[in-house]
Amino acid sequence: MHNLAFDIAHLLAGGLVLISFMMLYQDRLYALLNIFALHAVVLAASVAWQAFIQNAPHLYVTAAIALVFKAIVIPVALHRIIKQLGIHRDIETAVSIGPTMLAGMGLVALSMVLMLRVTGAADPLAREDLAFALSVVLLGLLVMVTRRNAVSQVVGFMSLENGLVLAATGAKGMPLVVEISVAFSILIAFIVIGVFLFRIRERFDTVDVGALDEFRGERR
Amino acid sequence: MTVASDAVTWVLLIPITAAAVLAALPGYRLTAGLNIVASLGTLLAALSLLVVERPQPGQYLLIDDLNIVFIVLNTFVGFTTSVFSASYIAHELETGRLTPGYLRFYHAMYQVMMFGMNLAFVSNNIGLIWVAVEIATLTTVLMVGIYRTHAALEAAWKYFILGSVGIALALFGTILVYMAALPVVGEGQDAMVWTVLIRRAATFDPALLNVAFIFLLLGYGTKVGLAPLHAWLPDAHAEGPTPISAVLSGLLLNVALYAVLRFKILLAANPDAISPGPLMVTMGLTSLLFAAFMLYRRRDIKRLFAYSSIEHMGIIVFAFGMGGPLANFAGLLHMVMHSLTKSGIFYAVGHIAQVKGTQRIANIRGLTESHPALGWSLVIGVVAIAGLPPLGIFMSEFLIVSSTFARQPLLAIPLVFGLLLAFGALILRLTSLAFGEPRGNAAPADASYLPMFAHFALVLTAGIYLPGPLVVWFQHVANLLG
Repeated sequence: MHNLAFDIAHLLAGGLVLISFMMLYQDRLYALLNIFALHAVVLAASVAWQAFIQNAPHLYVTAAIALVFKAIVIPVALHRIIKQLGIHRDIETAVSIGPTMLAGMGLVALSMVLMLRVTGAADPLAREDLAFALSVVLLGLLVMVTRRNAVSQVVGFMSLENGLVLAATGAKGMPLVVEISVAFSILIAFIVIGVFLFRIRERFDTVDVGALDEFRGERR
Repeated sequence: MTVASDAVTWVLLIPITAAAVLAALPGYRLTAGLNIVASLGTLLAALSLLVVERPQPGQYLLIDDLNIVFIVLNTFVGFTTSVFSASYIAHELETGRLTPGYLRFYHAMYQVMMFGMNLAFVSNNIGLIWVAVEIATLTTVLMVGIYRTHAALEAAWKYFILGSVGIALALFGTILVYMAALPVVGEGQDAMVWTVLIRRAATFDPALLNVAFIFLLLGYGTKVGLAPLHAWLPDAHAEGPTPISAVLSGLLLNVALYAVLRFKILLAANPDAISPGPLMVTMGLTSLLFAAFMLYRRRDIKRLFAYSSIEHMGIIVFAFGMGGPLANFAGLLHMVMHSLTKSGIFYAVGHIAQVKGTQRIANIRGLTESHPALGWSLVIGVVAIAGLPPLGIFMSEFLIVSSTFARQPLLAIPLVFGLLLAFGALILRLTSLAFGEPRGNAAPADASYLPMFAHFALVLTAGIYLPGPLVVWFQHVANLLG
């Protein structure tokens, strides 16, 4: 039974890394959002499984938040924003797909080497979880730096936050304070981003962050 | 016990209540006044912490010798800034840059920010400190974007994205610290309580702690504005309202620095962990040199002083990285002096930019002739920040340089080089700003001079004479910092 529990947790966390990879090569916004929703669903499953095997019912709340908020509410809202803005056709990637994938593999290798080496003493499940979580965090960062579009940067940021939730739930008995705060920060983050997107669209008629570049450096 | 814990509660309760009230109240006079009263109340509550008996550290809150310095400084600058903000905002309303609706929002956010910063200082829980820093950051993001110009939005967006990445890394580091504490302290709340962690740190897994510290240093270091993670800082300072530039430079950077220091102490308590010193020294020196070079090419007055903040945070992190009683003492003193001086400068700059209608350095000349009070305040401020005697920053920089010479002479070379570079750039800009033929609008300024005079007077006093009890206190804290 213990082995099965371990394997399922492993499968789900590994699945999260895989889906992060899928985000890297999406060149359409809608597709990116769908993949992100899938990411959130897998995260919810992973958190729920952790709640089950750690016998920590409060983690089900985190799982529910991930499922409802990140897999449904945010993707739907972003879908609408994209539609309103009429930017659904494609997204330009600052770096082409090949190098991005290679960089992604490098990051995953790095996080495996780093985390597995330093967490030798920890419980094997938590160890692997942390290694996967760091991979997801780094891949989220990679999405953020390779995209120039504000919406896809937001998606990259949220996938990064998913990695953090994975890490927090993997750490056994981490107090509820932190889980709530993680979920809460996503909520706030989204409100802030929503406000910004709204304003940016209002002012620029585009959410392409590249359009902001002309103001970089010294103004006037 | 009860009196003291009440004081802690007040430090948190006043700002958060004031925020709720200010969000609901209309009218400029009333809200600006209330903002000042609330900030004063928080300051008084913070000062009372100095005299009453300290509460026992609980699961969430803690008052010790280290954070009390930060709290008093924070609430003091918060109070003077609220006074400055009142006259600044009056002008912004007249010129129509801020609408009454945004004014309400501005005051509410100001108090929420003060709450976040105070919470970060008093928290005894590494999760709570993270949440508090996050609150303070998000509110400043909103305030930076408040003018809704292109440039302000870009600045806020950049700040938000970089700040989020920083905060994400910091959270990962926090989780790793918890993981390190888990086998020793056991599951649950205790493994995040600062006082418990520090007591048991010697038995933590050093490898995990090392990695955690690197994440924490990068994460919170982004907020401190350390190069190469500083990109948000100049934009955020230049495009937001000037009171926010003052609290950003004077306070928010300190909050992040405080978090770094807390974890540095934790790492130092473990004999097998890496020494955090070299990392901090490297980041500090990089920031100092980078900012010193960047100071030369600035054309915007607020950007100029933003880069100067990066420079000084670099110096402070360098000093704490060097460690030891003397360098820590100097770093602590430098931090206090920098907060007071830089926010004082921003008060002057805010009024100058308002009266001249521009932030462009080339369009501001001869201030000492057209606006003597503002002009000479700026001169005093810049002379202080450049590190000339007899002002306070000279003393702290002197202590940092001399302790570096005594222990690591090679490191002193880039340090002194950076200080001189920055000095040159600031004096160069100052001469063109303050002297020569006046240019631009010469209408008298409707300014509140009291806050900046108070700050400069404190800096001058500290440069000439530091009271004995304060020295003893700082020495004690310096020893705590290891």
